[in-house]
Amino acid sequence: MTEARSYYGQPILKEPVWKPEIAWYFFTGGLSGAASGLAAAARLSGNDLLARRALLVAAGASAVNPLLLIKDLGRPERFLNMLRVFKVTSPMSVGSWLVAGHGATTGLAATLDVLGLCPRLRTTAGVASGLLGLGMSTYTGALVADTSIPVWHDARRELPFAFGSGAAATAGAAAAIATPARAARPARALALAGAVAEVAALKAMERRLGALVGEPYHQGASGRYAKLAKGLTLAGGALLAVGGRKRPGAILGGSLLLASGAFERWAIFKAGSASARDPKYTVVPQRARIEARASR
Amino acid sequence: MSWDQVPGHGLGGHLKTADGHLSYGAEAQPRMGFFTDTSVCIGCKACEVACKEWNLVPEDGFTWTGNSFDNTGELSASTWRHVAFIERSVRDGDGIDQWLMSSDVCKHCTHAACLDVCPTGAIFRTEFGTVVIQDEVCNGCGYCIPACPFGVISRRERDQGVEHGLAAHDGGAHKCTLCYDRLQDGMEPACAKACPTDSIQFGPLDELVATARERCEHLVESGVESARLYGDDPDDGIGGFGAFFLLLDDPEVYGLPPDPVVTTRNLGQIWGAAAAAAGLVGATIVGAIALAR
Repeated sequence: MTEARSYYGQPILKEPVWKPEIAWYFFTGGLSGAASGLAAAARLSGNDLLARRALLVAAGASAVNPLLLIKDLGRPERFLNMLRVFKVTSPMSVGSWLVAGHGATTGLAATLDVLGLCPRLRTTAGVASGLLGLGMSTYTGALVADTSIPVWHDARRELPFAFGSGAAATAGAAAAIATPARAARPARALALAGAVAEVAALKAMERRLGALVGEPYHQGASGRYAKLAKGLTLAGGALLAVGGRKRPGAILGGSLLLASGAFERWAIFKAGSASARDPKYTVVPQRARIEARASR
Repeated sequence: MSWDQVPGHGLGGHLKTADGHLSYGAEAQPRMGFFTDTSVCIGCKACEVACKEWNLVPEDGFTWTGNSFDNTGELSASTWRHVAFIERSVRDGDGIDQWLMSSDVCKHCTHAACLDVCPTGAIFRTEFGTVVIQDEVCNGCGYCIPACPFGVISRRERDQGVEHGLAAHDGGAHKCTLCYDRLQDGMEPACAKACPTDSIQFGPLDELVATARERCEHLVESGVESARLYGDDPDDGIGGFGAFFLLLDDPEVYGLPPDPVVTTRNLGQIWGAAAAAAGLVGATIVGAIALAR
């Protein structure tokens, strides 16, 4: 591979200007989305205790979501401008509607559940929130993939799976912490299945990106976060699998999985900045594309 | 899914063809653009100054990059024309004997990623086929910034410039408008007007492309074999540029991507993966409930 030429080594792309709120939103958004899905499924299966606790987890996180998003805007007073159009070409537009719809239905379902009012409306709102929650758990992967940042765009087929499985793992973990162990078995199963799927999705992403474009996941801040996330996933998963039926095991294992989910979002967030900063990630693959076309 | 059908609903703001317009009907104007012929650029920066003056673009730091005579560094919210300077020694390696100078600008893409991903509709396609941000609508979400394959756009952070009383530091995203206000009054953009060597040419895009091809051929025939056009091909990854260039070296030497592709070209794959992943999350939840009672 020849050295990439550049203009004084300056970046070609602009780094995202998103503040840390957005990395945290990737975490809370996915968590609230998958937790409301778990709540809805638990409700329909008759596990009311798990349904209540998972719904409260979802409602808590979904109350934080818009605050994080609004705080990040350059002009926060114009948050409602997000809802003046609906554009499928903009995952952020689709996501704004998802956040609004998911927040409203989750809040309604949780309020009715706590007050013990209108059980049928509560269940309907809960199911709607659960379905919207599935979108919440993966659209953020589409959001970062729909940019020119090589480490994100080139992983467009894997990122939604990484975000979705991470959301499932953290939602399961949070519900396992919040629910008495006897009713929490499905939450633990979800946490473990999510953790396994996340490891697989990240592995597939790494393979797709290759050594050069995937480099940010192996060096610098993003590399450290990725490594930490992987370690925490393995430790938390093992702990939850072995000791999850007892309260301390569920709390400790679940907490490790939550931390892992947060670090993984941070790894992806930071990798985007690193990928934009060095022009070689942009130039080398584009040059290779030009050469491949020429030799065809 | 063919990618130029993705925005067929009119939400994407793509141009159907290089010279046609999607939704202006009788109000549509010929597609206007820039041809920047860097072979005659003398690096005077009159374009940078004229742009700042006309568009009231605020000061963005009186800095000195140390990279030749470049003191603006890159395109940004407050630099809409950026003159790049490359000093080289090509003959015997003794002293500088080649200068490359190039005035960079927003490309006003045929398939504009910034416009596609903008969640508020602040970024729109004008009747001239150019791409403009409406300051009154932009809420500063910043999505257009990493979406642009050229790194053209940035945000004016709110705390910058407050001491100068500049309302222009509004937290919103900004970039070249191709002097939309001047175009509406039948005038050429400020940078093109100020350029003393006609390195920046403004006009109907199809005419500019014809001129540029002739110019490039002439240069190559007269011995400047490195001359090449950048952005004149409607079959490239962004459907051709509304502002294209004649360069004397590879694009990356000027800080430009050699083979840019609009990110929304792969929108089908992106949403496909998101939908499949959402389905998988749902199936995992149902499985967990069913199997782990």
